[in-house]
Amino acid sequence: MLDFSNVTNWIDTTLHRYLSDGWALATEFVLIALMLLIAYAILALVLIYMERKVCAFFQCRIGPNRVGKWGLLQSVADMVKILLKELVHINRADHFLFRVASFVVIIGSICTFGALPFAKGLQAIDFNVGVFYLLAVSSVGVVGILLAGWSSNSKYTMIGAMRSGAQLISYEISAGLSVLAVVILAGTMQVSEIVALQTDRWFIFQGHIPACIAFLTYLIAGHAETNRGPFDLPEAESELTAGYHTEYSGIQFGFFYLAEYMNMFIIAAIGSTLFLGGWMPLHIPGWESFNHVMDLVPSFIWFFGKTFFCIFLALWVRWSFPRLRIDQLLSLEWKVLMPICLVNLVLMSLVVIF
Amino acid sequence: MGTMKNKLATLGYGQIEEGKNGLTFTVPAEKSYETAHWLRFDEGFDYLFDLVGMDYGDRLGVIYYLSRSKDPATMLVLKTDTPDREKPELDSVHALWESANLYEREVYDFFGIIFLNHPDMRRIFLRADWKGHPLRKDYDTDPILNPVPQRNEFLSEMERVPSFTLQMGQEVEESHKLFGHDEYVVNFGPQHPAMHGVLHLRVSLDGEIIRKVDPNFGYIHRGIEKMCEGYTYPQILHLADRLDYLSGTINRHAVCLCCEQALGIQAPPRAQYVRTILDELTRIASHLLGWGCMCMDMGSITAFVYGMRDREKIMDIFEETAGGRLMVNYSVIGGLAQDIHPDFQRKVKEFIPYMRRMLREHHLLFTGNPIARGRMEGIGYLPEQEAISLGATGPSGRASGWHNDIRKIAPYAAYDKVDFEEVLRPGGLTFDRYIIRLDEIEESLRIIEQLIDSMPEGPYAEKTKAIIKLPEGEYLQRVENARGQFGVHITSRGGKTPFRVKFRSPSLVLVGALKAIAPKTKVADLIMLGASLDYVIPCIDR
Amino acid sequence: MKVIHYIQTILLSIYRLTQGMYITMLNMMRPKVTEQYPENRGKKEYGERFRGLLVMPHDAENHHTCTACGICALNCPNGTIRVISRKETDPVTGKEKKVLDKYMYDLGSCIFCGLCTGSCPQEAITWTNQFEHAVFTREKLEMQLNKEIKKQEVKKQE
Repeated sequence: MLDFSNVTNWIDTTLHRYLSDGWALATEFVLIALMLLIAYAILALVLIYMERKVCAFFQCRIGPNRVGKWGLLQSVADMVKILLKELVHINRADHFLFRVASFVVIIGSICTFGALPFAKGLQAIDFNVGVFYLLAVSSVGVVGILLAGWSSNSKYTMIGAMRSGAQLISYEISAGLSVLAVVILAGTMQVSEIVALQTDRWFIFQGHIPACIAFLTYLIAGHAETNRGPFDLPEAESELTAGYHTEYSGIQFGFFYLAEYMNMFIIAAIGSTLFLGGWMPLHIPGWESFNHVMDLVPSFIWFFGKTFFCIFLALWVRWSFPRLRIDQLLSLEWKVLMPICLVNLVLMSLVVIF
Repeated sequence: MGTMKNKLATLGYGQIEEGKNGLTFTVPAEKSYETAHWLRFDEGFDYLFDLVGMDYGDRLGVIYYLSRSKDPATMLVLKTDTPDREKPELDSVHALWESANLYEREVYDFFGIIFLNHPDMRRIFLRADWKGHPLRKDYDTDPILNPVPQRNEFLSEMERVPSFTLQMGQEVEESHKLFGHDEYVVNFGPQHPAMHGVLHLRVSLDGEIIRKVDPNFGYIHRGIEKMCEGYTYPQILHLADRLDYLSGTINRHAVCLCCEQALGIQAPPRAQYVRTILDELTRIASHLLGWGCMCMDMGSITAFVYGMRDREKIMDIFEETAGGRLMVNYSVIGGLAQDIHPDFQRKVKEFIPYMRRMLREHHLLFTGNPIARGRMEGIGYLPEQEAISLGATGPSGRASGWHNDIRKIAPYAAYDKVDFEEVLRPGGLTFDRYIIRLDEIEESLRIIEQLIDSMPEGPYAEKTKAIIKLPEGEYLQRVENARGQFGVHITSRGGKTPFRVKFRSPSLVLVGALKAIAPKTKVADLIMLGASLDYVIPCIDR
Repeated sequence: MKVIHYIQTILLSIYRLTQGMYITMLNMMRPKVTEQYPENRGKKEYGERFRGLLVMPHDAENHHTCTACGICALNCPNGTIRVISRKETDPVTGKEKKVLDKYMYDLGSCIFCGLCTGSCPQEAITWTNQFEHAVFTREKLEMQLNKEIKKQEVKKQE
C-alpha cells in the first residue's frame, strides 16, 4: 500500500541536510500549513458543489449546470464572486468583535482539520490525546458564532447566536459520550493507534451493537454541531433570515460559509476514522485474497470514500426533514440522546470486559 | 325568514326590505350598535361575513353582512349611515365580532368614518400621513396632495394607536403606544424570507416566546376597488384574477357569477361544469403551494419543490386550455372565453391518478415525520367560537370544526350536481389546518373525477350585450376560494361602470386570526402558524 | 412500562424518519423535471392558446382585415392599444371610410386579458404563444402591428 510517510520522511531528511534543525522545523511548519490551507479550500469548494448537486437531485432538479461541464466550476465562480463583494459597514456594531468572530470560527475548524489522518502516514500531528484534541478544538467555533451574533447589533443575529450556544453546548455532550465509547473499545486516545487497531475489523463491527448505536448517536450529535438542517436553528432562514451571520457580507460571510461546510467534513471524517477505520481498507479476517485486493486501493481513497459516504448521509437527512423547534432540539438531546449514550457507554464497557 | 322579518318589525324602527340575499334592515346610526348587539347575542348572528363602507354621495354608511354559524345559508344585511361628511362617526362593533376590528380600520382608512370605542383607529393600508380618504366620491386625486414619499415611515408613527370615544356628547381622541419601552420588538417583514409577500409583522418577544403581534399591511396595495369604479364590468374581471393570485380562477368566477346574477342570466351547463373543474384544479394548485410553503417554513425545502412540481402539471393544463398559467383569464360574464381544448379531458384524467400517488408520497414524506408532528401538534389552538368571531373561513375555519363551505351552503356552478364531502376537523390545531388541505385535495380530485366525464355538450357561453350594464341595485356573490369565503359586493347605479365594488378577502381576517393565536408560541411557530393559515398578501392589500 | 413506551416511541420515530428518507431517495432516482430553457427552444411544446404577444395576421399580399373601428382600444383596460386612422374615399362607391394608418401596441402595459381579441368584430388581431419579450429599452416594447406596404409594392400594384 502507498505509504505517505516515505514522502514526508524524504522531505524531512532533505531539509535537515541543508538547514539547521530549527530552520528545517520552521520550513516544515510552513509547508504543512500551506498544504492544509489549500486542501481546506479545495475540499470546501468540492463540498459546496456536492451539496448543491445532491440537493438538486433529491428535489428532482439538475442543479448547477451552466458553469463548466456539469456546472463543475460553479463553486469556483461563487468563490470569485464572494471575494469581490463589498464588506458592508454595519452601523453601531462592535467592529472589532465583528471582524474577529469570522476568524475564530474558521480557526477552530482549521485546527481540527489539521489533526485528521488523511491517509497512511499523512497526518500533521499525532497526539497521544488526539481524540480529546479534536473534540476540544472543534467546539471553539461556538465562541465565534456567539461573538458574531452579539457584535452585529441585530436582533435576528442575537436570537440565532443564543440558540446556537444552547445547541452546541448540549450536543457536545452526546458527541463526546459516543466518542468515549470508541475510546473505551480502543483503549487509547491516539488517532493513529485507533486506526491501526482497526486493521482486522472496523470498530463498528468489532464493537457489536454498542458501536452501531454510538455511530448513530455520533452522527446525529455531530450533525447538530455543524448547525445544518434539520438542526439549523441558529440560521433558520425562514425565521431569522440567516441567523447569526445575517449582517455579514463578502469574504467575512465566506468564512462562515467555508467553516460550515468544513465542519461537516470534519465531523464526517472523525466519524469515519473512529468507527469505519479511517484510511484502513475493508478487511475480513480469513479472506486473505479479498484483503489483498482491498489493500491495492490507496489509503486516501478509503478515507475520502468513507468520509463522503458520511457526508452523503448528512445531506440526505438535511434535505428530507423539517427543522426542529428549540424545545424539541433540547429535549432530543437531554431526554433521548444523552440517556442512550450513557447506557451505551455501560454496554460498551461490558462488551470490552467480556 | 318570515319570523325574522316579524321580529325586526317589532323593533319599531328601521326599514325592512326583502332581497335576493335575504333581509335588508336599514337602521339610523344611533340605533345601529343596539341592533347589532341584539342580532349578535339574542338572534345568534355570530358571523360577520363582511363590512362594506359606502359613500352614497350625500351620506356615508356601512353595510354589515351577517350570518349565523348554525344556519349559514341565511344572510341578514344590516345597513346604517350618517349624513355628516365632515366628521362621520359610527359605533364600533368590534366587541361583537372580532373580525370587525380589521374591517372597521379599512373603512376608516378609505372613507374616513370614525368608529367610536374602536381600540385601534390607525389607517390600515395607507400611510399615516396620507391626506384624504380615497374611496370617497369627493376624493381629490391630485398627486400634489399626496406626492410619492421621499422618506421612510417611522416606526413610531406606526406604533401610535389612536382611539376615539364619546364622552358627554363630545368626541375625545386618545392614543397610546403599541409597545412598551422595554419590549424586545422584532420586525418580520416587509422583506423577509418567510413572509410570502410583503406583510410586516411587528413581534414583541420574551426570549423565544411571542408576547404580541402587530400586523402592518398595505405594502402592495393597488387600490383595486377604486380602479374598479372606473372600469367596465368585463374589465373588472381581470383585476379579480390579481387579488389572490393563487385562486384567481375562483375569484374571477365570483365576479362573473355576481354580474350574471344581476343580469338575470345563467351560464350554459357546459360552462358551469368547466368552471367547476377549473375551480377545483385551482384549489388543488393552491393547496399544493400552501402545503409546500408550510413545509418550507418549517425548514423542509424539498417538500416545497415537490409541491411546486405537482402544481406545474395543473399550470400546464391551464396554459393549454385557457392560455394563461397564473392569470388564467378564462371565465367571462355569461360563460367561458372559449371552448375547452380537445386535450383538456385527457390531461385532467391523467392528472388525477398522478396526484393521488403523489399525495401518498407527501403524507409519507411530511405528515408522518415525527419532527413535523411534534411541531404542529398542540400548537396554535383556534377554538370554533373564536374562528367564527374572527371570520376565519375556509380550511382554517373548517379545521376548527366550523361548517362554512359555500360550496355546500349555497351551491353555485355545478357543485349541487356532485357528491363530495366538506372536510371538517374538530381539533383547531395547526396539525388540523395542515392535514385538512391535503384532505381537501383528495375531495377536489373526487369532484373533478365526477365531472370530467359527464361534461354536457352545448354552447360554452351565453350571448351578452356588447356593453354590459347591470341594473340598479346591490349584488353580493359568495364563493369558496382556496382560502375561504370570497365575496363580491357590487353596487350598480345602472351605468356601465359600477358605483362601488367591494371584495371580501378571506386572507385579511386570517391575519387577525394569526394575531389571536400567535401569543405564547415560539418564534419558529409564528412562521409556521402564518403558513398554516395560508393567507395571500395581494388579497389582503387589494 | 414507561421505558417500553419510551423505546417504542424512539423506534417508531426512526421508522417514520426512514420513510421520509425513502421518499427523497425515490425522487432522486426519478427523471429530473428541470426545463433546460435555451437549449430546448423549439423542442418543447407551448400551449397554442398561450397569450404571449398580440399580433395582427397578414396574408400573402400583406393585407390585414382591420377596419380601424377602435373597439379593441375601447375595451382595453390599460390603454395599451392606439389605433391611428385616416379618412379615405372609396373610389368605387364614393363613400368615406376609415383606413388604418398605424396600429400601436404597447407590450409594456399589456396585461394579457384578451378583451381586445375577444371583442374584435373582424378577427383582425390574435395572440401568438411567443413569450420572449426581453428588450433593452422600454421604447422597444411599443410596437406597430400592421405592416406598412412599402412604396415599391404600391407602385407595382398600380
